[in-house]
Amino acid sequence: MNFKQKYVFLFPGLFVLIGILIFPIIFVIRLSLSGWNSYNGLNFIGLENYIRLFTDDPRFWESFFRLSFLSVTTVILQYVIGFALAHMVWKDIKFQRFFRVLFLIPMMTTPVIMTVIWRTFFHESLGPVNDILSNFGMSPKWLTDPVLAKFTVIIVEVWQWTPFMFLLLLAGLLSLPKEPFLAAAIDGASPVRKFLYVTFPLMAPISIGAIIIRLIEASKIMDTVYVLTSGGPGTSTETSSFYIFIKGLREFQMGYAASMSFTYLIIMIVSLTVIAKVLTKLMLKD
Amino acid sequence: MKIIKTFVTGLVSAMLILSPVAYADKWGDQFPHIKATGDIPGDCSYEEMSKKNYKGKTLKINTHAVPVIGQPTALHAEQFAKLTGAKVDVTHTPAGDLYAKAMVPFKAGQAPYDIVFGFSNFINDWRQYLAPVPKKYMNSTEMKDVTKSHVGVSSWDGTMYQYPVDGDRHYLKYRKDVIDNPEYQKKYKADTGKELKVPTTWKEYGEMAKYFNGWDWDGDGEKEYGSAEVMKKDDLMFAAFFSRSVAYAKNPRTPGGFFFDLETMKPNINNPGFVEALGDWVEATKYVPPGGINFGLGDEIGSFGGGQTLFSFSWDDAFIAAMQDDSPIKNKVGTAPLPGADKVWNRVSGKWENQYNQAPYIVWGWAVGVAKKSKVQEMAFDYLCFFSNGANHQADLAIGNFGVNPFKNSDFDPQLYIKTMGWDADIANSYTKTLKDMEKSKNRVFPLRVRGVFEFTSAVATGTSKALAGQLSPQEALDEVAKEWEAIVNRVGKKNVQEDYAVGVKMEDNKL
Repeated sequence: MNFKQKYVFLFPGLFVLIGILIFPIIFVIRLSLSGWNSYNGLNFIGLENYIRLFTDDPRFWESFFRLSFLSVTTVILQYVIGFALAHMVWKDIKFQRFFRVLFLIPMMTTPVIMTVIWRTFFHESLGPVNDILSNFGMSPKWLTDPVLAKFTVIIVEVWQWTPFMFLLLLAGLLSLPKEPFLAAAIDGASPVRKFLYVTFPLMAPISIGAIIIRLIEASKIMDTVYVLTSGGPGTSTETSSFYIFIKGLREFQMGYAASMSFTYLIIMIVSLTVIAKVLTKLMLKD
Repeated sequence: MKIIKTFVTGLVSAMLILSPVAYADKWGDQFPHIKATGDIPGDCSYEEMSKKNYKGKTLKINTHAVPVIGQPTALHAEQFAKLTGAKVDVTHTPAGDLYAKAMVPFKAGQAPYDIVFGFSNFINDWRQYLAPVPKKYMNSTEMKDVTKSHVGVSSWDGTMYQYPVDGDRHYLKYRKDVIDNPEYQKKYKADTGKELKVPTTWKEYGEMAKYFNGWDWDGDGEKEYGSAEVMKKDDLMFAAFFSRSVAYAKNPRTPGGFFFDLETMKPNINNPGFVEALGDWVEATKYVPPGGINFGLGDEIGSFGGGQTLFSFSWDDAFIAAMQDDSPIKNKVGTAPLPGADKVWNRVSGKWENQYNQAPYIVWGWAVGVAKKSKVQEMAFDYLCFFSNGANHQADLAIGNFGVNPFKNSDFDPQLYIKTMGWDADIANSYTKTLKDMEKSKNRVFPLRVRGVFEFTSAVATGTSKALAGQLSPQEALDEVAKEWEAIVNRVGKKNVQEDYAVGVKMEDNKL
């Protein structure tokens, strides 16, 4: 096979890559340099949108820090719960298969539909949660208290996506070699020591992968916020993607929304790379 | 001979008298939706539409999700297809996406839909892509019945771009069985020293709502609350805020702009009138049902319509839902104009005027237009004319979640509601009087309809929701909105916004 023929075989893949990845990114960059909105076309306005974003839009940065809090918290909880569940069904327990399927159900449901159901659960005057809690003299403001609303979003996200973490970690556990566990058993290690010194370190590579994948996904929290709180009360649950959605598709400030999207993309690439490096250092130090 | 003559005369007379009934029955039997009235003669009646032949043609419509406006769109599409042989494709879209779903292809020079539904305040952004309503339809019997306000709302500087299918305004809805109850009137007087009556100011509204909040005042074993309002961010809450603001900020003695000072284009949104209204609204968070500050329009309709609150204000839907046959509070609710205020801000003198003020808010409603690039424009306009013909319109009015509200002069006849919907006479009378008086008022506020309107309303929603959530004080929140409005005006261009806004001000100042 000569040199040119190699390129012929590469071309279909390259074409798809350009079509679905490179072109949209280039278009977003071009759009971000325009004032495209309901009253302007695709005119060129230079860096005006970026200047506005960095000097005159604290709401974007507030939504970004809120997103960071929500995604880090949800992913940590998902990791802990997912690991616990995976560890539980990894062992020989009764109804193992049943539990494995049961734990995956939330992930298989449609997020928007499930969020509507959660919203109904947490409805403060008509929902069953407060109906039950009112018997104990409690009626938390799940969706209308600025602090509690954030935790409601976290609850729904954790419920929906812990199964994904569970699935990855269970696959990891099932692929672990048996010898280190046998050696630990011979040495008389307790279950806790076995977990801390054998299971956890062996699971570190897959844990890092799972956490990064979930962080990427969690940083796009949009449908849960949209259905559950619309970013409210006030702006207390507004995340970056929801704010970009408002600017782009509600207010039709497409040029400005594109500049936010591109900035957000850069921030995410940088921060996730740093997080991955830090996690690798911490978890794989030995 | 005389007997035959008498018989023939009698037969002909009977046929003439009974012919409308026979005519009505013919269509009423085929289309159960209009069973109550049968067909009503007009240029777009069932009879007239059945003479059209659109076989082989397809009409594409983008409308709202079911049920509000989406359901009547689909129903009338099905009827239209049966009558004319046309194929009608209906796409349902959530409210928040209606604008973009039409605007993106419009901007790209395409027309994937022949008919696009939206809100009447889209008019300024959409009109360049919409076909003006042709003369033939402007002169139709159906159009001649449309009120002057709603011809204005559907038009831009005299040219109609949106076909009237709905007429919206905000007004007060209250529980008649409580407010008119002599026992409660006595109790309220004894406890507060004040009269229990239909509130005429927002302060009275707040006092009564607070008093009737959180206890079972209708004896159904469940707690009831003071007021149901649209407070959810980005879910039409800006319209609810404007409804509360008009009393304090629309001064009939200072023409030249409610939202902006037309001359300088300085926003009025943070003047003491608006701040007072937002202060009242923040106070209202104490007398809405639990979770009330997350209520969207659907929740408000469900809450008041289901008998959960004493008051509500906004569109007709909550009231119509309360008056439907299956409602637990049918004929227990009343209507009145939006409350006013004992003082009104004068933005020219920069002082409060201590006198009673009330202003109706003619809120935007559902609107629909035909794409300029549509290849089946005549069929599209025929469909819209058929959608709002007499029979369809009267039948749609009776269904609360259809989202079709009065916009024709004939809608103000109380008999329509008494005979076809079974309303009590005094409720029907007060309802039609409330609507009619709004039409007559010279102190009306019309929706903001300038370029980039969503940027302005979105800023209001964000600012006011921060105040409702306690993140900012009313003054701080509205200062933030005013700053954002100034930035938007600068981006859009002061002259452009001024030019657009002048059209609305002309209507408010009764010059159009």
